[in-house]
Amino acid sequence: MSDGTDLRWPAADFSRVPYPVFNDPGIYAREQERVFQGPIWCYLALEAEIPEIGDFKSTFIGDTPVVVNRNNDGVIHAFVNRCAHRGTMLVREPFGTTQDHTCIYHHWCYDLAGNLIGVPFERGIRGKGGMPETFDKRNHGLQTLNVATYRGVIFGSFSHEVESLESFLDKPNMEYLDTMFNRPIEILGHWRQRIPGNWKFYFENLMDSYHAGLLHQFQTTFGIMRTTQRGGSKMDRLKRHRVLFTVYDSDDLEASDEQLLKNLGVYDDTLSLADPSMIEFRDEVGDGCAIMMMALFPSVIFQRLSNTLATRQIRPRGPNEFELNWTCFAYADDDEALRKLRLKQVNMIGPAGYVSIEDGEAGALIQRVIGRERDRYSVIEMGGLGPIEDPDSPLTEVPVRGFWRYYCHLMGYQAEGAPAWVPGEA
Amino acid sequence: MGHVNSDIVDRIVDLEHDYAHCIDDDRLEGWPDFFVEDCLYQIIPRENLIRKTPLPIIYCDNKNMLRDRVVILRKALIYNIHYDRHVVGNVRVREEDAGIFEVWASFIALQTDTEGETSFFASGKYEDKVVFVDGDAKFKHKIVILDTAAVPNMISTPL
Repeated sequence: MSDGTDLRWPAADFSRVPYPVFNDPGIYAREQERVFQGPIWCYLALEAEIPEIGDFKSTFIGDTPVVVNRNNDGVIHAFVNRCAHRGTMLVREPFGTTQDHTCIYHHWCYDLAGNLIGVPFERGIRGKGGMPETFDKRNHGLQTLNVATYRGVIFGSFSHEVESLESFLDKPNMEYLDTMFNRPIEILGHWRQRIPGNWKFYFENLMDSYHAGLLHQFQTTFGIMRTTQRGGSKMDRLKRHRVLFTVYDSDDLEASDEQLLKNLGVYDDTLSLADPSMIEFRDEVGDGCAIMMMALFPSVIFQRLSNTLATRQIRPRGPNEFELNWTCFAYADDDEALRKLRLKQVNMIGPAGYVSIEDGEAGALIQRVIGRERDRYSVIEMGGLGPIEDPDSPLTEVPVRGFWRYYCHLMGYQAEGAPAWVPGEA
Repeated sequence: MGHVNSDIVDRIVDLEHDYAHCIDDDRLEGWPDFFVEDCLYQIIPRENLIRKTPLPIIYCDNKNMLRDRVVILRKALIYNIHYDRHVVGNVRVREEDAGIFEVWASFIALQTDTEGETSFFASGKYEDKVVFVDGDAKFKHKIVILDTAAVPNMISTPL
């Protein structure tokens, strides 16, 4: 195990990624401190998950357990899920409603803003026992996080110097959230998967549209996403997030292109569905996009795939495993047919989804074979080398390099020949 | 809801056991035939039911969707290479309505990977409705209530 500081990045444009980032425990520990608890915003929950006063949700930033709740004024607070007394896990349930949080161990009690409000036997009994005179409850509140919301999405940060949430999200992502959350939503439920791979593999995967038309045969075969459809990517000014979209049924294939795709084995027109109702698509937004995937550095994806709506939160569980937490939702004003369509389309996403389980297999296969290599690198050249700019084709891995550039900035890694990060740029 | 005679119980227990063997023997093409055409097959995490947000992981409301799942598994999906092993027990049967039998059973599912390593995959409960068609027991509903909400990687082959 290294201390996570000594890592060679041999390409100035981040087109080479050293394998130890995926399995070195020292690097993993450094990520928790410098990325997840660094000067960024991490997804915590949707407001619709805690709509009422006293509602709470257990969530995470990196592998640190966090509770997010709504206090008596309706204000949202978040804190590390750890009693300030002896370090006991304070909230045990995934969801619930409460007036306060009381630790099971010694019954220390906190209000919904994280202030310590009760210590049993603080003054002892009949002059015996009790806390010392110097003990002041005001100094023993929970470790609280900065909280900000945008369009009903709750983000938290350990940093007090973090930029504003709006600055962090930046333009394309705010526009996408404006559209996705333009009316009240209803939570349909949650899924969890434990994928035997490194968390960053999953984020890379979401930045990489090159794989989408190859690995995911279902969506290629049934026309949900083909490399030949119109689409694109939009990145923020720092190229750390990415929105991917493709326009349904927009293939502009020449006969020769079609033959090429068949020869490549990415498109099997002999297959058909006995019940095609699942792959119907209703253009709810009016932009024709059957796929819209927004990956926000470092740990959340907002997705619209056909008519499914979901967030996917990444929870690292050590260097070799991560949990993917899905929250599926619908619009409160759905008609019955649309709600039924969303239900049928769950078969395409989630832990058994026709266009999602393959990513888990790809990640597991990386983790099985990278071993102890310190001087071997994954190769990220599809879409070109050099500057990281919005790609004009789905055949690209360029946004993956944007992810690694910002990751290296936070981790303090200097790629060989790369210009130093300009102060104030972040 | 009366007493269910032991011959019917035996045939329903056989159905549950044959279903498990069909999947474990990788005879997936035969899997849809355990169901009637107008069937319902769902896998729902138990925690979603408790929270009253009963979102399923798999939702098939007719037999064609089951047939499609088999075709997709065979021809258009990459998943972890493994063998399945289901152990089904604690089967209880009650007649809900004339000719429709309500069935509960517990299951444990194990998977064995290409290294030959067997690991626990999932536990849960089947809540089924069984009918007899031309003398054969078939599932009208099979609701898989999944205790193991933190799915180990993925659900590919059926539970």
